Parts: sequence; C-alpha cells; structure tokens
Amino acid sequence: MSEKTALLHVENLQIRRGGVQVLDLPRFSIFAEEKVAIIGPNGAGKSSLLLGLACLIKRTRGTIAFQGEVVTPRGETAFRRRIAMVFQEPLLFDTTVLDNVAEGLRIHGSSRAEAREAALESLELFMVGHLAGRSAHKLSGGEAQRVSLARAFAVRPKLILMDEPFSSLDLPTRIVLAEDLGRILHESGTAAIIATHDRIEALRVVDRLVVMDGGVIVQEGSPQEVIANPVNSFVAAFKRTTAPADS
Amino acid sequence: MDLILDGIRTALKLIFSLDREVLAVTVLSLKISGCATLASLLIGIPAGVFLALSDFPGRRLVISLVNTGMGLPPVVVGLFVTIFLWRNGPLGFLEILYTPLAMILAQSVIAAPIVTGITIASIQNLPANLKLQVRALGATRLQTVWILVRESRLPLLAAVMAGFGGVISEVGASIMVGGNIKGQTRVLTTATIMETGKGNFDVAIALSLILLLLAFGVNYLLTVIQQRERPR
Repeated sequence: MSEKTALLHVENLQIRRGGVQVLDLPRFSIFAEEKVAIIGPNGAGKSSLLLGLACLIKRTRGTIAFQGEVVTPRGETAFRRRIAMVFQEPLLFDTTVLDNVAEGLRIHGSSRAEAREAALESLELFMVGHLAGRSAHKLSGGEAQRVSLARAFAVRPKLILMDEPFSSLDLPTRIVLAEDLGRILHESGTAAIIATHDRIEALRVVDRLVVMDGGVIVQEGSPQEVIANPVNSFVAAFKRTTAPADS
Repeated sequence: MDLILDGIRTALKLIFSLDREVLAVTVLSLKISGCATLASLLIGIPAGVFLALSDFPGRRLVISLVNTGMGLPPVVVGLFVTIFLWRNGPLGFLEILYTPLAMILAQSVIAAPIVTGITIASIQNLPANLKLQVRALGATRLQTVWILVRESRLPLLAAVMAGFGGVISEVGASIMVGGNIKGQTRVLTTATIMETGKGNFDVAIALSLILLLLAFGVNYLLTVIQQRERPR
C-alpha cells in the first residue's frame, strides 16, 4: 500500500505536553476501510496519538495529510468534519438522545429536519432508536456509549477515532457492543483507529495491531503476527489474557 | 408586637390599594436592578467563558480577583462610582451622578463579578473532555463556546438569580450614587431606610414586603424555567 493511497498519513508527528515529549511518530498511515487497534500500557501515548491525529492538541512538529491533502492550521475544522471521535466517556449533551446525535450534523450546517432524520437512522443502526426521545443523561452506560457511537457515525465520517470506547462498561455489554461495532464498521466501510487496553475490542474489530510504548510505535502487524511475536511484556500479557475474543 | 401587626396591616393596604408612590418606587427598583442584571450578564458571561477556557499568564490572579469581587461591599462600590462620576472625576463629564443611570452602573459593578464567577465555575464543572468532544464534532470556536454555554445553562440561571438578588437588595451603593431623590432615584431599599428613619414603620414594612415578594417572584420564575429546562 503506497503513501499516496493512504486515507490519513502522518510524517514526523511529535507532541509535547507539560514539557515532556509524549509522542514521536516518524510515519503512520491508515487506509480506506482499514481498522487499526492501538494497544499499550497506560501512558504509552495512545490518547495523545488520537488527539494529535484529530488535531485536537497542538503538535510540536509534523504533518498530517488526509486523502492526500495536508491539513493546515486553518483547515483543521474542515478536516475534523470529515472524521469523528469517540471518547472513553460518552460525553453526551444535556438534551434528548435524538438531539445529541443530530448535533454533529447541525454543527456541519444541516437543517434541523435533515439532521434529525440522519440521527434517527444512526440510532437505529446502533439499535437505540427507541431511546430517541429520552434524556441523554438518564441512560445506562451501554446505552450512552451506543448513543455516542451513533453521534459519531451520523456524520458519515471517512475515519473514526475511538479512545478506549468500552473501557467503562461491564464485560457482557463490552462483548455485545464490540461485536455490533465490528459489524457496523465492516458494513459501512468506515476506517477506524481504536486505542484500547481490551483484547475484545482489539481482536474482534481490527485488521492491524499497533503496539505503543513511551510515545513511540514498538510493534506493528496483523493481530496474529503481533500476538505470536510479542515485542514486550505488555503484548505478552495481552496474549495471555483469557477472554471470549478467542472463541 | 402591635407595631409589627399594624405595620403588616398598613403594608397590605398600601400594596392592595396600589399606592401610587409605592408602585412608582417598585417599578423603578425593578427597572434599575433588571437593567443592571442584564448589563452584568452581557459583561459577566463572555468574561467568565473567556477566563474558564483560556490560558494566559496571570489567569489565576484574575480569577482570584473575580472571586473576591463576588463579595464586593456595596458601599465600597458606591464610594468609587461616586468618585468616578463626581464633577471633577474621570467620568464627571457624563453628568449622571444622582440619576438612575448611575445606580445601574453601580449595581452592574456589584453583579458583574457574581455572574462572571458563577460562569467560570459552571464552565469548569463541565466534563473535562466535553470541549474536545465538541471540537471533534467539527465545531468552530464560536460554535464550541455556544454549546458549552448551552450545556451550562442551568447553573447560569443561578448566576442570573444571584446577580439579581445581589442588586435588588443592596442599599449602600444605590443611596450613595442615587441619593434617594423622590420620583427619580428612590428605590425600595433606599425608601425603606428613609421611612424607618422617620419612624414610619408601616410604610417601611410595606416596602420590605414588596422587596421580598419581588425577590421571591423573580427567583421563582427563574427556578421554574430552570427546572422545566431539564429534560425528563
């Protein structure tokens, strides 16, 4: 796969936070419809990578190109309108579920009716259409994260970045949601980067595993390759973890 | 005890007979404090949002000053506004001392730090990543600010209540910059002091009751809006 066909390509991305270098990425690419999991211990730089890729934190140096075009500081908002991001907490607004999901589209300039129609479609995709009229702050953890995912998908992003999206959920909810997400990502053809500690998310959903430690990529490959040749104790422990993802 | 009961009786008579003077004082109080609250919202909400979301050297000092300002003694405000508006003062050319405008100015100075302080706290109490989530949805800077203010709307209504409550009940600044001139700058608090001084306790009680009712009425209305806003 060449650099020219990458959906998102990064060169020499460096990020410092509080005077400390938290990310040093000489090269990184993701291709259309590809699903990548970023794994690594706490403080490995996974969240900084996602925030950096979404231009949500200031980079010390480096360039990000999306669909072949370099993202300039003035073009960052337009770039973010072509991708989506889901955080660990659902971060829903204090309004109804439907209005939450419609918000992204409203921000992009869609009319209220258009936004609501697309929002309802996205809610149905995540099987929470029946919650449309409910207050978003009165949902269970699993429901709230489904709504958060529906909000991200409603804008039909080319790429979705997810920062440990299921880490606050219990295991059965996590398994079901990971399965649904994997199916929806596959059917919609949306490229995704998922930062995770969780092998259920990592192995059910992705084509490529990227292992990070100390702000750098230390191993990369298909899940089978990485698991078979663990580069550090974290990957070895990841391999040892018993979970239904093996099934 | 008789004094109080007589006072309440006369007070109710004055209120229900819509006594012209009492009515005029009440309307003026509402106008002055309403305008001052509005002015403090126009200054305090943008200032609070800016202080909550920005990062610059000295920001903590500025926030500390705002928090100190939330408890500004009205007489101190009255003194400095009087000096500023005095004939030889920096704003003396405006010639607004002893007018309702001077009272609005003084009350705005009292309420603005209250609104600013509550706005800062409201925005900072939002989830840490909410701003990032809004920006991740593709919001411009202005859209981000609007959404964050909207998310803080319930605590911001508390800012309106606190601001209005602070100015409708203050007397020090109003009497100093307004002068309690009959038909021009006499408001409920200054009139209450004057009537108490004259020994007209019935009128003073009437004015106090109206002041209490007014404060309650406005806060009740805002509370109803606040509670209705919360989706079920």
